[in-house]
Amino acid sequence: MAGVTLDTVRKIYAGNVEAVKGVSLGIEDGSFCVLVGPSGCGKSTLLRMIAGLETISGGEIKIGDRVVNKVEPADRDIAMVFQNYALYPHMSVYDNMAYGLKNRKTPKDEIEKRVKEAARILAIESFLERKPRQLSGGQRQRVAMGRAIVRKPQVFLFDEPLSNLDAKLRVQMRVEIKRLQKALGVTSIYVTHDQVEAMTLSDKLVVMSGGQIEQVGSPAEVYRRPETRFVATFIGSPPMNILPGKVEGPGRVSVGGQTIAVTDMREGLTPGSAIEVGLRPEDVQAGGSAGASSLSMDVDFVEELGATQLFHGKVGGTEFVVQASTGQIPADSRKLTLSIDPANVHLFDPQTTKRLGRV
Amino acid sequence: MVENRPFAQFMAYLTLAIGVLVVAFPVYLAIMASTFDAATIINGNMPLIPGDQAVENYTRTLFYGGKQAREPVAMMMVNSMIMALGIAFGKILISILSAYAIVYFKFPFRKTAFWVIFITLMLPVEVRIYPTYKIVADLGLLDTYTGLILPLIASATGTLLFRQFFMTIPDELLEASKIDGAGAFRFFKDTLLPLSITTIAALFVIQFIYGWNQYLWPLLITTQSSMQTIVIGIKKMITTTDALTEWQIAMTTAVLAMVPPVLVVIFMQRLFVKGLVETEK
Repeated sequence: MAGVTLDTVRKIYAGNVEAVKGVSLGIEDGSFCVLVGPSGCGKSTLLRMIAGLETISGGEIKIGDRVVNKVEPADRDIAMVFQNYALYPHMSVYDNMAYGLKNRKTPKDEIEKRVKEAARILAIESFLERKPRQLSGGQRQRVAMGRAIVRKPQVFLFDEPLSNLDAKLRVQMRVEIKRLQKALGVTSIYVTHDQVEAMTLSDKLVVMSGGQIEQVGSPAEVYRRPETRFVATFIGSPPMNILPGKVEGPGRVSVGGQTIAVTDMREGLTPGSAIEVGLRPEDVQAGGSAGASSLSMDVDFVEELGATQLFHGKVGGTEFVVQASTGQIPADSRKLTLSIDPANVHLFDPQTTKRLGRV
Repeated sequence: MVENRPFAQFMAYLTLAIGVLVVAFPVYLAIMASTFDAATIINGNMPLIPGDQAVENYTRTLFYGGKQAREPVAMMMVNSMIMALGIAFGKILISILSAYAIVYFKFPFRKTAFWVIFITLMLPVEVRIYPTYKIVADLGLLDTYTGLILPLIASATGTLLFRQFFMTIPDELLEASKIDGAGAFRFFKDTLLPLSITTIAALFVIQFIYGWNQYLWPLLITTQSSMQTIVIGIKKMITTTDALTEWQIAMTTAVLAMVPPVLVVIFMQRLFVKGLVETEK
């Protein structure tokens, strides 16, 4: 086993397009690291550089203590699971898993032992003789993982492995990947654009945007204390509401003329200066009476989600969404009073979009 | 879709039947003619049912030959077979390798190489026949199988066909092989080649028939009768001089010339369809 260290890694494509702009990141041995971000944020490019499928334009990538910048993919001691599985269509499941070992001249009985074991772990023993096309999407996914497991690599790389599965299977496979990784204890790097996958799988969550890292932390940290407005709106569903506001004084900001209290606020902000106020739809308590820290909201329409309802409307002229348990608030409410817990207010600088929390 | 138009349907079948008849009748005639003796054919009243000379005609044609082309047709068939197989396999080998290079390797002037190959599509053998003849003659390859085969194996069609096929194979397959420790040659042998079986079969059918039917090129470079191909043999049997054409032998040869291409189509078509059904990228 080994950790992975990235030191100001850059990728510049022909035509001077910078896809990855100097990323530094340490991934501890045995941890599950998820790179998440919107399309084109450079997360897949970064993963492919770790795999050795893309050359590195600058910086250094280390697997364990070894710099692998110039090492071929096959010699990096990694295994990769692709989005479209990339199984060899003409080979049986067994041969698909054994192929990498055969190329490495592993003894036949050892190959058989490892493939059988991986098949047992993944519960695909009964289709070892079948061809990939005779398998369902979920089964193919398992074979792709089996191909990674048999190699006993230092690092697993996952490139959006669940995107091709239907919603139900995705949840099931997500749990299985997590369980498998815990059982094997192999360092894993997982790329996804799905923030639910990112939250549930990761020990270490890396949010990327525009070729750079926005924030690194545990899922709870990233959710509770987003460092930038981008992270705040990207992690969490429905996304965080961002309202334009003004600094009133220490621990107090105003939104559309209504003042609310804030716990996590940087000291020394000039009263009257513009600030962005972030509130998660699930952190806002609707109903109740106007208090010391409350906002009033005009409701436009309600979305039913079963267990919860989403109230869409406006606060101080800006779009706002509130999530509430079904039945908590009458669905035909036209006006809501939202009471705000000062601990749940996030403040961002409108220019730099960085968090204006306590230092 | 429900269609209740008996007349339209009748007309459709009638048109089809006429078409089939027009195409099939000459072939039928040739097969019938190969079962009669010369006199019956010459007097112009050849019946349309098989005659009794079939065994005699085919034995004589295959093992003794006609009066004009005195070589046994069996030998011509062997020559044709060697040429057709040589051309078909040569073309497949050359085009799959060049397509592999063009699709999977980055090298200077890759695009140029592709376009040069593409442009040769527009130049049929006949256009470059004199320079080709000169080269083959200078190399001392006249009246050899190499001379028959080599100039015809470069194939732009095949290269294009394989290129198009390779481009449909997802890049991840190459990447997965790289991670699995397969180099350029292993990827070709273990992944690309097995996936290309269908395309190879299709190309083989086309190129075998192309090779088998070659007329102009073998006519130019073979002078010895022992190197004659069957297509040239047919031509030689139909005399333009005063001598009587042995139509029964000519027709027997024609029928024999049809057999291998037909067999290739029938046999390869099964493989072709099987490949189509079973392969998935």
